[in-house]
Amino acid sequence: MAGLHKSDFANPVINWIDTRLPIFTMMQKEYGVFPTPKNFNYFWNFGALAMINLVIMIATGIFLAMNYTPHVSMAFDSVERIMRDVNYGWLLRYVHANGASMFFIVTYIHIFRGLYYGSYKAPRELLWMIGVVILLVMMATAFMGYVLPWGQMSYWGATVITNLFSAIPVVGEHVVTWLWGGFSVDNPTLNRFFSLHFLLPFVLVGVVFLHIAALHVTGSNNPLGIDVKSPQDTLPFHPYYTMKDSVGICVYLLVFAALVCFAPNLFMAAENYIPANPLVTPSEIVPEWYFLPFYAILRAVPSKLGGVLLMFGAIAVLFVLPWLDTSPVRSAKFRPIYRNLFWVLLIAVVTLGFVGAHRPEGIWVVLGRVATFYYFLHFLVILPVLGKLERPLPLPESISRPVTSGGGGPLPGGAAAKPMEKA
Amino acid sequence: MRITRVLALAAAIGAAALGTAIAEEEIHFPAQKWSFNGPFGTFDRASAQRGAQVYKEVCANCHSLKMAYYRDLGGIGMEPGAIAAIAASVSVPTIADDGSVAERPALPSDHFRSPFANEKAARSANGGALPPDLSVITKARDGGEDYLHALLLGYGDAPATMKMGDGMNYNKMFPGNQIGMPRPLSDGQVDYSDGTKATTEQMARDVVTFLSYIANPEMEARKRLGVKMVLFLVLMTGLSYAVKRKVWADVDH
Ligand code: HEC
Ligand code: HEM
Repeated sequence: MAGLHKSDFANPVINWIDTRLPIFTMMQKEYGVFPTPKNFNYFWNFGALAMINLVIMIATGIFLAMNYTPHVSMAFDSVERIMRDVNYGWLLRYVHANGASMFFIVTYIHIFRGLYYGSYKAPRELLWMIGVVILLVMMATAFMGYVLPWGQMSYWGATVITNLFSAIPVVGEHVVTWLWGGFSVDNPTLNRFFSLHFLLPFVLVGVVFLHIAALHVTGSNNPLGIDVKSPQDTLPFHPYYTMKDSVGICVYLLVFAALVCFAPNLFMAAENYIPANPLVTPSEIVPEWYFLPFYAILRAVPSKLGGVLLMFGAIAVLFVLPWLDTSPVRSAKFRPIYRNLFWVLLIAVVTLGFVGAHRPEGIWVVLGRVATFYYFLHFLVILPVLGKLERPLPLPESISRPVTSGGGGPLPGGAAAKPMEKA
Repeated sequence: MRITRVLALAAAIGAAALGTAIAEEEIHFPAQKWSFNGPFGTFDRASAQRGAQVYKEVCANCHSLKMAYYRDLGGIGMEPGAIAAIAASVSVPTIADDGSVAERPALPSDHFRSPFANEKAARSANGGALPPDLSVITKARDGGEDYLHALLLGYGDAPATMKMGDGMNYNKMFPGNQIGMPRPLSDGQVDYSDGTKATTEQMARDVVTFLSYIANPEMEARKRLGVKMVLFLVLMTGLSYAVKRKVWADVDH
């Protein structure tokens, strides 16, 4: 019959469905036999971990929403009621709250993995850009989620961050009023943030789907950063990477469980256990740790508009990174200078994180400016120039034959030796 | 390459250490040994019960405990009969059958009664200062239990050079050293029925244990679950690693 899919599945029910809607064939192709480079290290676990984390956030979030009240006079108490009166409500809330931190830890490692191994380079530019979109949506979601418990930091964090938009010339003030739904952060703001915080994770699901779809067109990068040359270079995703990911998932859950059960308030500001009070400004307004580097960049220059532009610029440079880095070699393994500069960048970002946690006084101002300057220097000057100057080390011929000329044993399975490629 | 990595790591840790060092200009309070510290910690039942007594007889004159129920006292080992009696000794507002405002004895399912009807009443009775609700107080202050303990013991005479505000009290642990709360505890203030000597330190320790329980009534269940989950996941990590090794055994990589 025309149009029906020819299914190979033996189970009659699966076969019947698959004939009409070949999702089993698709899963088999994309996650069963999908050819995956055989040389992944454990840094390649983090994409899968991020995906699991997203599922955990949605699952716990839906149940929290069943018990949460988005009203300025009840939100704080309703969260504490979840902690006390809802069966395992404390588990739901602590998993969700710490899940946000875990999500950013996992995603930041995932991103720095991409930076180190050049996963953003051709042909994976679009995959990378979709990743940056994911990061932006994640940040918006986390920011609005933090407002929901309506503690002091929720309120004042929301006030400070939404006020940033007032830096936009001419229309700034109007934009802020429009965002707030009034003349200050108040009940309408809380209501819309709740609505959007519920919506955006599902948008994330969609964008993550595109991310994976793009990944399955280009195929994965790998620690050597060279292309797959022959079937000898790859393994079927299952059982090799399903098993390797399982190890990573267990370790990830171990860390997550320990955090939730033994130090659930480690990442939480004490101030946020004080109900929001528009009349009392906390002595210091500090965002969640995962925003600190960006917060430091925001405060690095004395101009509000300048700070806002720099902060968004810090993400914008990631967006165009595939074209800023002019080196054809992907993996830092074969880039003797970039390999070191990667660590300098990491230090700059960590420094920015510390700067963001302190009042902009004394040494912190200097550190913040130097690190911000270096951050942009790295992406806007060093990467474009370095690609032209740096002499990369010789690349291996193929993944299954890591040594270039001369050495190396006989190829397993007799992979055909191909001439070395430029990238 | 290894060396640069080590250097980078060292620099990062150095920066972190520097960061915390620069941050430490605030007041210091000594870390206490609490029964509820650590992954196996539990609330010392006797201490928490004494703390409940201190709260009831002292702090409850000014501070509410809005989110707690009388039944929560069961979590620190009080018998249902005793809890019902404690609740019944308090009367809470209700609406009578004829619609008039009335009072009735509290039930274990009632929230702790607040000492003041509203914020204005609380402020006017306390010289303008607002005694905060204590339901989550140990989570709502940096330093948590250690800070609270130090605060309750931090009263003393103000240095001669310090100009004290009207109705303010000197406390070396409170930010700014002037607090609106008069010294709440002094030796022998309550009579402990279990014979424990009611020193100021003892009462502070007991009431902080109680407040820590009220702020984290789930703590013991949470830690028990944590121990089980960690054991289970250590096992699963080992198991999945073994299977992974076996699956990969035939791969040259
Ligand atoms: C006479 C009324 C009164 C009594 C009794 C009292 N307090 Fe207070 N308390 C206050 C007031 C008023 C404040 C607000 C002080 C300020 O903001 O300056 C306060 C503040 C506090 C704070 C917050 C300190 C901070 O860091 O902001 C804690 C904790 C506290 N009290 C604990 C207790 C405990 C525990 C007891 C019982 C042992 C107690 N109080 C008894 C009136 C009282
Ligand atoms: C919700 C958050 C995210 C999820 C669930 C997610 C998921 C994944 C998954 C499952 C993979 C394949 C496994 C892997 O290579 O680790 C992957 C690959 C990738 N991701 Fe993400 N990702 C997320 C965020 C991001 C972000 C924020 C970026 C970059 C800014 C990014 C960039 C990439 C790149 C470049 C790859 C290909 C890596 C390679 O093949 O070497 N991802 N992602």
